[in-house]
Amino acid sequence: MVQAVINPTPKDYKSEVKPTWCPGCGDFGVLNAAFRGLAGLKLAPDQTVIVSGIGCSSRFPHFMKTFGFHSVHGRALPVAQGLKMARPDLTVVAVGGDGDFFSIGAGHLVHAALRNIDITVIVMDNEIYGLTKGQTSPTSPTGHITKSTPYGLMASQFNPMATALSLNVSFVARGYSAKPKELAALIEQGVQHKGFSFIHVLSPCPTFYKTFDAWDAATTPIPAEHDTADRSKAMLLAMETEQLFLGLFYRTERPTMDQAAHQLTQQAKPFDVEQYMKRYA
Amino acid sequence: MVNEVTIRIGGESGEGTISGGDILALASARWGYHVYTFRTFPAEILGGPCMFQVRISDHPVKSMGDHADVLICLNKEAFDRNVSELRHGGVLIYDPSNFTPEIGDYITYAVPFNTIARKEIQLFQTKNMVMLGAICGLFDLPLEAIVQVVQSKLSKSRKANATLMEKNLLALEVAKNYVTEHLSKRDSYQLGLVERADRVVLNGNQAVVAGALAAQCGFFAGYPITPASDIMEGMAKELPLVGGTFLQAEDEMAALAAVLGASYGGVRAMTATSGPGFSLMTELIGLSSMAELPAVIIDAQRAGPSTGMPTKMEQSDLSFALHAGHGDTPRMIVAPASVSDCYNLITLAFNMADQYQMPVLFLTDQSLTARVESVDRSAFKPAEIQKREQYQPQTHAENGSNGTSNHEPVLANAGSASHGYSRYAYTESGVSPISTPGAGAAVYTATGLEHDEFGHPNYEPEDHTAMMHKRFSKLEAAAHVLPIPERYGDKDATIGIIGWGSTEGTIQEAVDRARANGHRIASLHLKILSPLPDQSIRDFIGSVQKVIVPECNYSGQLANLLGAKYGLQAIRVNKFGGIPFTAGEILRAIEEVNHGTSSHQSHT
Repeated sequence: MVQAVINPTPKDYKSEVKPTWCPGCGDFGVLNAAFRGLAGLKLAPDQTVIVSGIGCSSRFPHFMKTFGFHSVHGRALPVAQGLKMARPDLTVVAVGGDGDFFSIGAGHLVHAALRNIDITVIVMDNEIYGLTKGQTSPTSPTGHITKSTPYGLMASQFNPMATALSLNVSFVARGYSAKPKELAALIEQGVQHKGFSFIHVLSPCPTFYKTFDAWDAATTPIPAEHDTADRSKAMLLAMETEQLFLGLFYRTERPTMDQAAHQLTQQAKPFDVEQYMKRYA
Repeated sequence: MVNEVTIRIGGESGEGTISGGDILALASARWGYHVYTFRTFPAEILGGPCMFQVRISDHPVKSMGDHADVLICLNKEAFDRNVSELRHGGVLIYDPSNFTPEIGDYITYAVPFNTIARKEIQLFQTKNMVMLGAICGLFDLPLEAIVQVVQSKLSKSRKANATLMEKNLLALEVAKNYVTEHLSKRDSYQLGLVERADRVVLNGNQAVVAGALAAQCGFFAGYPITPASDIMEGMAKELPLVGGTFLQAEDEMAALAAVLGASYGGVRAMTATSGPGFSLMTELIGLSSMAELPAVIIDAQRAGPSTGMPTKMEQSDLSFALHAGHGDTPRMIVAPASVSDCYNLITLAFNMADQYQMPVLFLTDQSLTARVESVDRSAFKPAEIQKREQYQPQTHAENGSNGTSNHEPVLANAGSASHGYSRYAYTESGVSPISTPGAGAAVYTATGLEHDEFGHPNYEPEDHTAMMHKRFSKLEAAAHVLPIPERYGDKDATIGIIGWGSTEGTIQEAVDRARANGHRIASLHLKILSPLPDQSIRDFIGSVQKVIVPECNYSGQLANLLGAKYGLQAIRVNKFGGIPFTAGEILRAIEEVNHGTSSHQSHT
């Protein structure tokens, strides 16, 4: 249940903490899109929690005037899921980067998808480790030369969209930090979606891997005729790497674990130790 | 005639060894006896050697017993493995169709378990009933006690049917009659009549679950691990019935992360694990401490290192629990000693976590998780809940209205409108009122980064120094109000024993026996290991000439701690085979110290 505040503007979600990001960082665009998206949904800041892990993008909660939980590297998803299971009345959004969600915390993504707990994850993917100053990431392209791959990356490139679709994530979308208006709309839809929403955001690093021009050229909206209920077609779009499609790839409705768990509590009674101990008498 | 007997059943897992022992313990307790069990688990999932020992007495029992008075061997391997634990002059019961024991210092009774079950009852699975019937016949335990338990167990079983019930009850009867008719009693163990009492019978893990529910735990996340899985399974079943939620996490990092998420949401939350899982949780223990989020973490210790011996006990995670995590990280540690402690101290752990906003580690061990005790029902009272101090925007925003609270901000600008809510406000106790998401609440960002009082990242030397003081000052504040340990034994003792964890009853029994032998001796049992009760420990050490520290670990982890903190040169008594101490072993150590013949190490 989300309580409306009276006509909030994006600025109402902005905290007094100044972002630590480099000038030109894609994450500024994502932050602005988040302000807009939350304002669009009129989300109450005191009932909205932004959860993150560690990385440049994970500083995000500090810059928002909502509740925030800046946790440890890789663990944003389990923190967010625990919170939502315990407090299904809150709006919970997990944010972070490609290192958080596709490397150190990649294991958690699988289980978040399976549980379909009603949270939204926004992944700011810059295909590089920025906070640690320029090492390769799971989403770096094969052959990419970084400080940790001086002879070129010898691994394959991780495909976030195909992975999310293969896990049957119930809401799969991609945005681009340079298109904050479209991204804000995706964030609105993702938060409104009942279930686990995965929003992959291309968010370039101006310091260690400048992908602005390449992504400006490669990104294109998903064709209007695409059926967002068709997972196979969505998978074809996701497998395309020359063109990077933006928009909603796939969406499906299925029960969420937080609601199912709370259904179980409908007949709950306060604990009565005297009654409980009878089983051991 | 002694109204006490310690019975050990040795056999193969799956042939009724454990279920027979369980029924014997439950029946004895329901009949009015005190019971205390000890069991081993096979490494195999199905089959494998195991044993169940139950001490049955008309007096309260504090330990598992030094030796078995009666050993029942369901096969030859059970004899080979367990005969060394049989008391001199004890009773050996065996089936002659399995083996013939060599002649030894014991009284033997041959009972044809196999033949009775197979031929007379025509159902081999009733072998454990035959064994129980024989026990009733030999030691005067009323058959009715067993019958009641069997009836109630079988009527709840999915496999239950009238024939099965009939055959089980028949097996009890036939076996009892067999021993009465064919064997003449040559031993002195006898149970007979006892006063009925209002007791419950449960193990440590079951008591932890009950305690957590009583303490209003509203969320549990965990990952399966021996010997803590029972707690997870219990919470999965019971939490929805009291309005809570449960999550089986993908690993232990996720488990504790989810617990912190729930705790951030204002819900009392807990996880339970054992050593290997606890190792994985350490990054989140640091986060809990740094972000000042309450969490209760149960470590059911098992023998390490690494995967170690999952089904064996050890008290070897104390050093790790004290230091787990990088950096200087305040945490609290509670170690229950008994089944009733498992219930009562888990409430204390939740209260400590909430009141001091930090992780509380709860150290049980494998022997306590599985130990069945009969406990007076009065030990299980409704919990007294002391919740975290909530930040109230309307009162605190105007620089605090309640001048008497020691949690009031002491800095002039704390809570000022220009900075918003001062989540990590400096206070006298170090505890800052916490805000919980919900309508009208003051927002803030919890963080594992060093931060200022508003939760904003801050790396200034003055800030880090002040925040370190703030976080650690909570331990000092707690030390003044937490319960202190009670001295047990003589006021004018010359020898003192300091212990921790599941060994309390065993140590106290050794103290009782040593005093009966004329020694002047006392013990102190620590149930809160962080913050330590400094004054109680100093007073105790100062009151005796020598201090023995018995621990089930290799390195003497409590002795090391007491040496480092109080300069104590303890006499270390360490056992690390995976089996708990017996009172006799501790008594032997006391006597060696008293005669100056101690072979135990005494160093710091």
